[in-house]
Amino acid sequence: MLSYAATDGPDWNTLGDYSENLIEIHDLKYSRGHRAIFDGLNLTIKRGEITALMGPSGTGKTTLLRLITRQLIPEQGAIFVDGIDISTLNQTELYQLRQRFGMLFQNGALLTDLSVFENVAFPLREHTKLSNRLIRHIVLTKLHAVGLRGAADMMPAQLSGGMARRVALARAMVMDPEILIYDEPFVGLDPISLGVIVRLVRRLNDALGITSIVVSHDVEEIATVADCSFLLSDGKVAASGSPDELRTANSELVRQFMHGMADGPVAFHYQAPGYEEQLLGRDIE
Amino acid sequence: MTRVLRDIRNNLLEFVRTFGAFQLFFLRLLRHSPAILSTRFGLVIKQVYNTGAQSLVIIMVCGLFVGAVLALQAYSNMAIFNAEDWTGVAAHLALVKELGPVMTAILFAARAGTALTSEIGLMKATDQLSAMEMMAVNPVRRELVPRFLGGVIAMPFLAAIFSATGMFGAHIVGVELFQVDVGSFWQQIQLIGESADVNEGIIKSVVFGFAASVIAVWEGYNAMPTAEGVGRATTRTVVITAISILVFDFMITAALI
Repeated sequence: MLSYAATDGPDWNTLGDYSENLIEIHDLKYSRGHRAIFDGLNLTIKRGEITALMGPSGTGKTTLLRLITRQLIPEQGAIFVDGIDISTLNQTELYQLRQRFGMLFQNGALLTDLSVFENVAFPLREHTKLSNRLIRHIVLTKLHAVGLRGAADMMPAQLSGGMARRVALARAMVMDPEILIYDEPFVGLDPISLGVIVRLVRRLNDALGITSIVVSHDVEEIATVADCSFLLSDGKVAASGSPDELRTANSELVRQFMHGMADGPVAFHYQAPGYEEQLLGRDIE
Repeated sequence: MTRVLRDIRNNLLEFVRTFGAFQLFFLRLLRHSPAILSTRFGLVIKQVYNTGAQSLVIIMVCGLFVGAVLALQAYSNMAIFNAEDWTGVAAHLALVKELGPVMTAILFAARAGTALTSEIGLMKATDQLSAMEMMAVNPVRRELVPRFLGGVIAMPFLAAIFSATGMFGAHIVGVELFQVDVGSFWQQIQLIGESADVNEGIIKSVVFGFAASVIAVWEGYNAMPTAEGVGRATTRTVVITAISILVFDFMITAALI
């Protein structure tokens, strides 16, 4: 079913069913400087599904991920993860919650002074007292899953962009998280690496029964992996539904975005004074 | 006029705010230090190597020449009063009380401080610190505190090595070049020098160690996460450390006299 963003406020009495909804966002407001990034955002992410967050550049997709993981704090509204209001957590509780997350950063964010092996082993060494033998076993298994067991001794600087992202993915899943967050996983990859990552996202989600959140504006790739997509625009959810539903939607904005049209509700031109006026220098007179 | 006053007021407020945040940051580093020293000493040792051992060459070369110049100056001026024997003690006092700690701290800022700042700034710019946050690892504890402690531990040793190589340089110039009697060169130091002189040097190098390390780490942690931002933070590390070292030097000297 395709549903458009509700314009009225959140209905606090009908907080969702947490056995089904893993993440719920209610009436979220967040601004940077004077610019409102989110203005009354409501969004639900279902357990066990791959949810895609899409939207034109600058709509705050990455910001939303940082809000969900409380790297940023909203001005207003509430974010519930598995029924817990994350704004109420102290640092220890927050870190406990974050251990249930795995996050793949856009550029991989590998620790440059550690080898590939040590990067993947990093969360295990920090959070567990496992023996070196067991850590080696787990790390090699995860590296094998992303096809980079042979690169274990390399340093991050020696890896290509696609390899770095796969290592980062191995690191993100080394603690067996319940929620995997991908920030623009498809950007800047060659078709082969892209295919590998797309298949991994799907396989990990289904095989391990985790919940995945994928931020992307790659409409084609998202269509092949996502169960549910949210299209963000102007600080709100502009539309949501399965990729097919979005594709056939008759909202102007959704059509522009899904079909990659240059001009439409999202203007091609950034706000500027009149073209003619500016060329003739009248705007500075 | 009101605009000028408003600017002054805003800048003053900004300064007070930054200074307050800096002090809180310093306390945060101190708060985590005992735990890191007792449980993750390996991380600290690695940073002592990075900041301390890697600075040894520059410290020793500079120490050697500073000592040699001191001896040159001391000899040529003492010779006017036929007091060439005092060459050694002049170099000794200048090195141990002042030049050892101060020069070491400034060289440390230039060699190790800049490295710390740019390293942390780049970690921030490439999301490595955010990634740690997401892995439920406190980046202040895991990355910043060991670097800070590494600098704090390394500085007194570096200052001692600077003074020692400096005395070696003074010996070469005074004894080997100008033929000052080797016995009186070193004897005068024993007669005139006091342990208080050495203590003064140690106190200074410890204070400078704290100052130089916390400034380098702070600047890196608060750098704008861009190439330009990290570059600017690196420059600020050297400038701010150099100024604060000289101010602290004056204050400590005044307090100890």
